[in-house]
Amino acid sequence: MTSSKGLEFKIEERSGVSQGRILCISVLAILFALVIAGLFFQLFGVSALKAYRLIFSGSLGSSFGLAETLRRAIPLLLCGVGLTIAFRALFWNIGAEGQLLIGAVAATGIALFSEIPAPLLLPAMFLGGFIGGALWGLIPAVLKATLGVNEVITTLMMNYMSIYLVEWLIHGPWKGPSARGFAYSETFPPSAWLPTISGTRIHWPTLFLGLILSVLMYILILYTKSGLEIRIMGENPEAARYAGINSLKVTLLVMFISGGLAGLAGVGEIAGIHQRLLGPTHISMGYGYTAVIVAWLARRNPLAVIFTSLFFGLLITGGDVIKVSLGLPSQLINVFNGLILFFLIGSEFFLHYRISLLSRR
Amino acid sequence: MNKTDDYAIELHRIVKRFPGVIANDGIDLKVRRGEIHCLLGENGAGKTTLMRILFGLYQPDEGEIILNNQKIQITSPKVALQNRIGMIHQHFRLVSTLSVEENIILGLDEGTGPFTNFRRVREKISLISSQYGLSIDPQAKIWQLAVGQQQQVEILKALYREVEILIMDEPTSVLTPQEVEKLFITLRSLVNNGLTIIFITHKLEEVMKVSDRVTVLRKGKVVITVSTKDTDKATLARLMVGREVIFRFKKNPLQKKDKILEIKDLHVLNDRGLPALRGVSFDLFGGEILGIAGVSGNGQNELAEVLTGLRKVWKGLIYFTNQDITHCSSRKINKLKVAHIPAERIRRGIVVTLSISENLILNKYFYLPFSRGEFLNYKAIEENAQAMISEYQILTPHHKAPVRILSGGNIQKIILARELSKDPGLIVAVHPTYGLDIGATEQVRQILLAQRERGAGILLISEDLEEIISLSDRILVMFNGETMGILEEENADLEKIGLMMAGSKYPGEKI
Repeated sequence: MTSSKGLEFKIEERSGVSQGRILCISVLAILFALVIAGLFFQLFGVSALKAYRLIFSGSLGSSFGLAETLRRAIPLLLCGVGLTIAFRALFWNIGAEGQLLIGAVAATGIALFSEIPAPLLLPAMFLGGFIGGALWGLIPAVLKATLGVNEVITTLMMNYMSIYLVEWLIHGPWKGPSARGFAYSETFPPSAWLPTISGTRIHWPTLFLGLILSVLMYILILYTKSGLEIRIMGENPEAARYAGINSLKVTLLVMFISGGLAGLAGVGEIAGIHQRLLGPTHISMGYGYTAVIVAWLARRNPLAVIFTSLFFGLLITGGDVIKVSLGLPSQLINVFNGLILFFLIGSEFFLHYRISLLSRR
Repeated sequence: MNKTDDYAIELHRIVKRFPGVIANDGIDLKVRRGEIHCLLGENGAGKTTLMRILFGLYQPDEGEIILNNQKIQITSPKVALQNRIGMIHQHFRLVSTLSVEENIILGLDEGTGPFTNFRRVREKISLISSQYGLSIDPQAKIWQLAVGQQQQVEILKALYREVEILIMDEPTSVLTPQEVEKLFITLRSLVNNGLTIIFITHKLEEVMKVSDRVTVLRKGKVVITVSTKDTDKATLARLMVGREVIFRFKKNPLQKKDKILEIKDLHVLNDRGLPALRGVSFDLFGGEILGIAGVSGNGQNELAEVLTGLRKVWKGLIYFTNQDITHCSSRKINKLKVAHIPAERIRRGIVVTLSISENLILNKYFYLPFSRGEFLNYKAIEENAQAMISEYQILTPHHKAPVRILSGGNIQKIILARELSKDPGLIVAVHPTYGLDIGATEQVRQILLAQRERGAGILLISEDLEEIISLSDRILVMFNGETMGILEEENADLEKIGLMMAGSKYPGEKI
């Protein structure tokens, strides 16, 4: 009677998801992304296998490559850890990029224009950067919690506001007299420079800060009252209301942390690498966006961000390698990032559902 | 004679199981061609599951479907539509920014290639509209239409697909009384044109008004199928909610203690901003179970929410042990030792992804010893869990397991254990045994009776009339947001309650 032909699938919800399954599905998602990205290499006339060999040997096979991988991982770690907190409460913060830039702006202001004595200058810059990023992150939080404004749009749009704020500062009021026409701020005094591991650009204080914060945030999420409230709100908002949890308070808290940590990443980049405020794409080159994928690949676990940020640090370094060695645009790595996110989100379905073939009678 | 045996569709011994629940337990249903057949039953009776099977959204575990004397398998809504079966869901499936005609042809291939032949579409729509007395501007956008008109679009959508059997899932729940009248006229004109309609509802008045025959479902089984003209509201109410003979629990005699709860002229709005409670007043004493009976949607859920601080009071006063709690937050009310066993236990009462021990402190994680300052004390939390698991005999592999893996009965025991552990003065229990098996139901009822013995005041809101009568000391019947009266245990019988549930006030009762 019914005549539809071909395969029929039966889709059922799984009752539980094991850790092993999460790992397996995540690795599969990355492999799928590798295969599809390989097609792009082939389109550029480069063997995908050769490109991948270069990416991995270039970013892991030499001390310089390792150092670059580590330095790229620092901002990803800080932004990523912050994002896991926001994502735990189901607050979709796409604005880490902007919060990072505001952190950089606040630190620049303190480095160039404050009278803070040398030993306290760097701590003051980190504090200022945290507060700057946090306040920038609180704006969309307040808008969402009070007026129900969609945070994806506000956080995303505020990235552009911060980009243009930085542009305006370096072309206008903060343009350094000694920058010889370039759009830079004045170079920071040496007391505002972060120390690096010699011969590398690894500003180790920021790295340690990131590692400590990832542990602290792990503790916050799993072992504190606020962490429990964040998890309840993220997993079941209706139960949070039933339990009398103040959703405004939780939303503000997660965005204060998430924005603040991104702000710290901004401080690290300018005090550790550039020692001045410069064009927004030079400060960040999309760390805040990549961190969304970093946090997601870590399945919103702050400790796991240590590993996923290293992985993406490796990819960014690999992008530089294929640019130099093969003359390919380093943006190809962005294609790869996009594909990973695409497959990760797609794989969520396979985490929670079982699919089986239905035999037709 | 011939007409009565002409069935448009027949369902034989349909069984559908969900984890822990049998939603349909061997259902037989025969729908005659050209009739309006009502499917009557409380929430959870299995009406919607059955219709979802018929529309191909679920596959039955057992049983068969016979359409026009031929056995068929309905594997998807697409197959259902190919077999001329259409369904209108309670919540419409319309795209609000698109026009009526665009919504109607959504998913159909009208025209050639990528181009839609809107002229032909409009002609067909206007033909159908005039045939069935519908009047909708095909170019209006959905968001511009009133809810009743949107429903007409759904009907048009089905007619455009030339359905012969139309399933309507609680179609009046979103309509104003005027729109309901209009819908009934439309339905009549549909059957006069040869369609067959299956009308799902739990409202008795509608059954009497619109249907030719009615099938009553209860707990996944067919109770009866009768011609509407051979029955009446009170009978249907009784069939819908319970057996004739009711087993009463052995209770110790009521020892009325102090007044625990006092409600004065309470007015509350529902989610759509319409009055849900219109001047409800009653008292509740310690050591007493006050049952709230009523067909669902008559204000019971809103009553539970307003008493637990989850819904705002519009007008009126609530006193709990002589304190005014009218405008208190849910956290404040929780701290005053009011327990809430919520209606939708999985949606509201627990967090399925968190562990059992974490779920057991949802209402007290902010107290010592579960947290000290900002830090949670997992040792205390786990000891608490172990104690409760053994006290309430919760079946679980481990207290760290996520609640998701538990059965419905054990989930309810977690909620009870948590809520009752604070020795509440007032317990608001909503459908406390809904969907549970017999054993778990019995346990939950014994737990509530033990709380009564302890001296707690219990407000028992349930759609299971049997449960209300077997447990309650007094029974308050609600209809349309108002109190129809309060019956004492000794003169509460199904017939009286059935009439009051249908909207007549209890004679001689001063309210």
